[in-house]
Order: sequence, then structure tokens, then C-alpha cells
Amino acid sequence: MLYKSLSSFPVFEVERDYDKCIVCGCCVQQCTFDATYYLPYAKKVITDEHKCVGCKRCEAMCPTGAIKVRAVTNEFKHNAYWDARTIRDIYKQADQGGVILTGGGNDRRFRVYWDHLLIDACQVTNPSIDPLREPMELRTFLGRKPDALEVEYNEKGEPELKTKIAPNLVAEIPVIFAPMSYGALNLNMHKAMAAAADAMGTYWNTGEGSLHRDLYKYGHCTIVQVASGRFGVSAEYLKVAAAAEIKIGQGAKPGIGGHLPGEKVDEEISKTRMIPVGTDALSPAPHHDIYSIEDLRQLIYAIKEATNYEKPVSVKIAAVHNVAAIASGIARAGADIIVLDGFRGGTGASPAIVRDYVGIPVEIAVAVVDQRLREEGIRNWVSIIAAGGIRNSADVIKAIALGADAVYIGTSALLAVGCTLCHKCYTGRCAWGITTNDPHIAKRLNPDIAAERLINLLKGWAHEMKEMLGLMGINAIESLKGNRLRLRAIGLTKEEMDILGVLPAGEGI
Amino acid sequence: MMVLTRSRELSGCGLSGIISRKKNLIPGEVIIRSITHMRERGNGLGAGYAGYGIYPDFPDEYAFHIMYDDELARKETEEYIKQRFHVIHYEEIPTRKVKGIQDSPLLWRYFLRPIEPPDESDFVEEDYVMKAVMDINDKIRGAYVFSSGKNMGAFKGVGEPDDIGEFYRIDEYQAYLWVAHTRFPTNTPGWWGGAHPFTLLDWAVVHNGEISSYGTNKRYLEMFGYKCTLRTDTEVVAYLIDLLVRRHKLPLRIAAYALASPFWKDIDRMPENQRRLFTAIRMVYGSALLNGPFAILVSWNGGLMGLNDRIKLRPFVAAVKDDKVYMASEEAAIREICPSPDRVWAPKAGDPVIALFEDFDGGTQFKEHQV
Repeated sequence: MLYKSLSSFPVFEVERDYDKCIVCGCCVQQCTFDATYYLPYAKKVITDEHKCVGCKRCEAMCPTGAIKVRAVTNEFKHNAYWDARTIRDIYKQADQGGVILTGGGNDRRFRVYWDHLLIDACQVTNPSIDPLREPMELRTFLGRKPDALEVEYNEKGEPELKTKIAPNLVAEIPVIFAPMSYGALNLNMHKAMAAAADAMGTYWNTGEGSLHRDLYKYGHCTIVQVASGRFGVSAEYLKVAAAAEIKIGQGAKPGIGGHLPGEKVDEEISKTRMIPVGTDALSPAPHHDIYSIEDLRQLIYAIKEATNYEKPVSVKIAAVHNVAAIASGIARAGADIIVLDGFRGGTGASPAIVRDYVGIPVEIAVAVVDQRLREEGIRNWVSIIAAGGIRNSADVIKAIALGADAVYIGTSALLAVGCTLCHKCYTGRCAWGITTNDPHIAKRLNPDIAAERLINLLKGWAHEMKEMLGLMGINAIESLKGNRLRLRAIGLTKEEMDILGVLPAGEGI
Repeated sequence: MMVLTRSRELSGCGLSGIISRKKNLIPGEVIIRSITHMRERGNGLGAGYAGYGIYPDFPDEYAFHIMYDDELARKETEEYIKQRFHVIHYEEIPTRKVKGIQDSPLLWRYFLRPIEPPDESDFVEEDYVMKAVMDINDKIRGAYVFSSGKNMGAFKGVGEPDDIGEFYRIDEYQAYLWVAHTRFPTNTPGWWGGAHPFTLLDWAVVHNGEISSYGTNKRYLEMFGYKCTLRTDTEVVAYLIDLLVRRHKLPLRIAAYALASPFWKDIDRMPENQRRLFTAIRMVYGSALLNGPFAILVSWNGGLMGLNDRIKLRPFVAAVKDDKVYMASEEAAIREICPSPDRVWAPKAGDPVIALFEDFDGGTQFKEHQV
């Protein structure tokens, strides 16, 4: 039998223009996967293509532009069913007999509902509004709201609010940095997200790896996570935050817990997570104290007790088939915010098979949850955050029109600081310095510059969102919330349109 | 009557309202003159009136005005009504033959007293009536209740305002509060139900503009049992007022601020108490915010309120003369019936103009009024 190793068929080829190459060694130094090396006898830099992950770090850093990294597209005889990835995965498993790991989000070819939804605009009968000349408001409150307000007049004859309002988060833009743990990401990225959230008047989420002491000063714009591993959860951790989030599930890997390989657990991470250096941090699949909705209720209220009912408590679930009923239960269990994480959401490490084939799109999850909560008359009780694959400001607008209050962005935030979606986060060797904890490589991510880039991204999206609200003739984001009449579907089936609650393009209001 | 299942009225319109705060009766001819004076604002495809105090013989009965496509719809509706109400009196709405008015539906009115269900401890009469209106409009094909308040009535249809006035014999009624509307529809021309005013109980709303937040408002109202069956954006205004003022008991002025909220830049500069209140209004009633251009008149048995959208994208003028308060799209419509008012002004964006009857005692909910 022919022994066929995975490395027989490289995925990427690296083209080097030797006329341009000055043999400076930059690419050798930049490659963290040991794919590039200097051949002294030939006085040449060459690439071992079998090791290349396609992160394009060498291409970006080469001072003379001599390098092109290209995906190999014709490695096997064309086959529409047995594609290259499938073939390679089988070789890989036959070699090693393990679970194939990956990072990042689902990159398979499923229908992208965002791309089948179009946004409405005003013409004549209602004027569009110019955001450069008129106020345009994005401020969003996240948390429980009463169904009605009670207003009374005081002795001075002024109206006064009698209703006590539960604590809410106030975001100046309905875009929040998604939970990505310290450990999966390094401290530089956490610093950047915290600083950017602070500057933009929004929030960032710690993920399940707790909060480094240096970042406690950003507590007011921090959502802290409590996941099944309970890493670094302390009274202080809960108190310093603006809100606490119970992570039940993750869109990239519904039904399984977080994985942080021991290689990534250094001294600082060990202190922050309260685990020994070098141990694998594997969160259990379920919370071992939550086996039912009533158990969840207990944890929600334990956190509320611990934080004196001063902070909203969020519950994050992966978008799964029965998401509407589950969300209704969570709302009734006392959560103030529900995060719906769609199957396009990213991860630091996940079995590829789970990432690729478990869960449902967030577009659908938001639509059915919003509708269900309205039918039950409890939509005011909770805010909905849509997460998992939000790519641009139009996705945000569509998510809110479908019924979300705000969105989380994870992959978009990583892209903003240099990620090229090579999906090797789980190796700890990220050449862009984002998902590595090797202090030498992590230096590549300057937290100040990264924060600036994140701020730029949010500013750009905020401008675009204001433009889109304006062209819809709306000057406050709350008038977009659940406003599915401002969306139209193109190329969807009747059932899909019914589930999303949208009309087909061409049908008026 | 033609009911289009998926159509929404989008219109540029004119509106006018008069209230006598001392409840002196104003002949219908006056309001006809005022609204007809803004012919440019309509295109003859819809007009309507609502008068308060027009049924002194039945002051305590709910006056249902219903339009029917055919006798079948009438039969079905009357059966429904008889199960739930004592019918004190009913008749065809008196009309005249007018050259400009064609294809009118069957128009009937009923003076009703609810039959209280025997074992319902938390019976709320208004909710009972509201549900009946929603049921008829939603479930009975070809029937549409276009007025359901006490001692008030709405009259509306397809035509120029003077023709509609003549058709419904508005000149034969006397009211101490009138509102009127002329319509320039761009979407549902030819449907009698699409004309203004839109009513629920004694709330009547006439509206010039388009509600860009309609989808949000509609789905919000559905949570509270309202059914937006008429595919007209103005409908949501009537229901929102009913929800906020009658059911949630918000002060009228505060409800107006929920519909046309101040901007955050202004709220952030308010004194602490006020800032807390306005922040809460926007947090809790964000889905009730009416976004898009509008000028509306809201009338009920307590008075008249006029309101502009938050950036004043539609004209709106108010005037006072003795015990009368006038509100209209244009000053000309006021001057036509009141040549020398004591005061005329253009209210600011989002700032409600409220005129109450002197004998109206709505408690603190209606404590703040302006004129």
C-alpha cells in the first residue's frame, strides 16, 4: 500500500521572484510556522510549502514585494463531490487517527442570508434625512425594560419618573466586541479591544478566560464571561464589570466547551485564569451546575446577588434548531440580555467537523427569537445581541431590522488588526501576533495601533449606519428595531421568507 | 370598498382642527370651509371629518360607524355585534347623492352598550370595545369599523373634502370639536377605509406624512393586542395614543414626547430629574417613536392635540381666538374661518400643542396643557 502523508500535497505555493529578492531574511524571521528558511550554499531563501498555512505574513512584510502566496487549486483531479479539503482530511485522519482541529469560523458554502436581504430607501413621499446635516442617533440600551412607565407630578408640578428601571448597558454604537478569551488571544489584543470600546462608548467582552488585572481600569466598558470552566471567576471580577455573561454555547461549536491548549497557558494566563501553567484549559461541554432551565435561573440570580442587582446579566447561546423556545425560557429565567451566536461565529480552537456542520445561521435565529418573544409579549424583558459572522455595517442594519438590539463582532475585529483567516489560531503560532502567547511574536501586535484600527473600523461602520438610517428616513436606531418592512428578500423560498418575516423584492408595503 | 391586502397609504395631505374650549357648538360648515381651502394639499382621492358632541341623544353609547362591501358583511357583523352589545339604536348613515362621489360602500351606524360578561372581575369596558373593533376589522371580510367612540363620529371616503362633506351632510351636524383631512394618496387610491381620520374608541387621528418606523410600531402594538389590519401607517398613531395614554396612563404630554422624542444631545443637557425621565421614555418606548415626517392632530372627548415630527418635516400652524383653538397645515386654512386670531404660531418640532375642554377633568394625566 502506498504511504501517502498529508505533506505530499501542499495547500499553498509560495512564489518568490528571485530578481526582486535581496535575501534580507525578513520572511524567514516573520514565518512562525518554520516554512521559510535560508539555504546558505545556494545563498537563497526558500519555502517548505508543506508547512505553509497561507497566513501571508511573509508576503506582507517582504520589503521588495518578491513573494506571492497562492492557494493551490488544482492539486487533485477535479471532483465536485470529493473536494481537496475532504480528501486531505481523510489522509490526515488516516495518518493520525485524531479529531481535526481548526480555528476561525465556518467557511463552508452555505446560504448567506444577509446577502439575500436588501434595504429600503425613501423616495419623494417621505424624505430621506441627511446625516451630515441632521442628528442621527445610534445610542442603544441593552437590558430589561418595563412594559410601561409610571409618571407622576411632584409638588413643584414637574413630571417625575416613578418606575425603577433595571440596570442597562448604554452603547453609543450597537456594535460590541465579541467574547474572545485571554489565552485564545493575547493581552495586547485584549488591551486594544478594551481601549477601543472605551473610546467609542461601547463594550468589549472578556470571553471565558477572565480579565487581566491591568485591564480592571476598563471595567466600566467590559462584559465579563462566566463559562463552564469558570476560569478566573471571582467576586471582584464580577464587580469590576459593566455586565456579566453566562456562556452556555458558542456558534462555532454548539454543545461543546472551550479548548485552550496547554502550550498557550503561560504565567500571566495561569494567574488570570487561576490554573497551573501549561495545563490544557478544557471547559466542560455543559456547566456542571446547569442541567436545566431552572438551574440556569439559579446561576443568573447568584450573579445578580453577587453584584447587588446593579448589573445586567446576559446569557449567550449557540443558535440551534430550537433556539426560539430556548430563548423564551432564558428570558423567563431572568436574563436581561440574550446573545444568539450563529454558526458562522469564530473560535480559537474547535473540531472542524463541529464548526462546519452544527448550528444554524444567526439571521434565522434572530428572526425566530424576536418573533417568539413578541408573540409571548416578553420582548421588552430582554435585549437580543446577534453574533457570529457580522461582516459589515449592512449586516448590522439587517440584524437590527430583523429584531436584534445590537451585534457582537469577533472575526471582523480580528481582521481589522491584521488577521488573514488562515484558521491556525489553535496552534498558538499566529504570525500576526493576535492568537499567540509567545511574547516574541505577540509583540507584533501593538495594542495602541490595534486600538486605533478598531476605533477606525467602528467609526467607519457608524458613519455608514447613519447614512443607511438617513436614506431610510429614520433618525434613531430604535425605529429600525424589528422593522422588517424595510427589508426585502431576493432569491429566497416562501418558507425562508416566512421564517425571516420579510416580503419578496417587488412587493410594496 | 376595495381592500388591498398588502398596501400602505403614503400621502401628502392637509389637515385642520377647531376646538371650542367652552364647548360652544361649531357648525360643520365651518370645518368644511377650512379644509377645502387647502385644495392644493389633496388630490380628490380621500377626505374625512370627525366631530365631537354630535350625538347629544346618545351621549353614553359607543357610536360605531361601519362600512360594508355588501349585505353579507353587514349581516355577519350585525350578528357579531348583537352577541356582545345592546343595540340601543341603529340606522343607515344619512348621506346625499353627490356628483363627485361614486362607489360608496354601505354605511351604517350603531349606538351600542357593551354586554358585560357575568364572571369577569377585571372587565375593562374600553378594552372590550377595542377588541370588538379589532375582531370585526380583522376577521369579517368586507366590514370596517371607522368610528367607535362616545358622542363622536368619523366620516370619511374617497372624494374632495367639500364633496365628502356634502355627501355625509356634515353641514347638518354641530360639534364643539372638529377635525378634518384632505388626502393626496400615492398608494391606495380608491379605498374608502384609507381616508382619514383613523379612530379607536374616541381617539381620532388625522395625519399628514409617512411613518418610516411603521414596521417597528406595528410589531410593537401587536404585542399589546392591536391588529394593524388597514395597511395604513396612520392607524398605528391612533393605537399608540390609546396604548400610552389610556392603557399605560402616561400624561398626554409625556406620551407626545414618546412619539416625537427629543434628541439625545438635548436630553443629555437636561437637569437630572428630567434627564432620567426622558432617558426612560426613550428606553422603554423606543418602539413607539414615530419616525419620518408627520403633522398629526389627535382628538378625543377631552380635547385636541397637535404634534409635529422631531425635525418638523411637515407644516403645522396653531392659532387662538377667544375660547377657540385652531390647528392646521396652513395658516390660510385658519384665516379662512378666523380672519383675525389673537395669536398665530408655528409650533416647534416635537412640541405638542394641547387644548383641553374647560370642563374636562382627566386628572393629572392631562395636567399639562399649553393653550
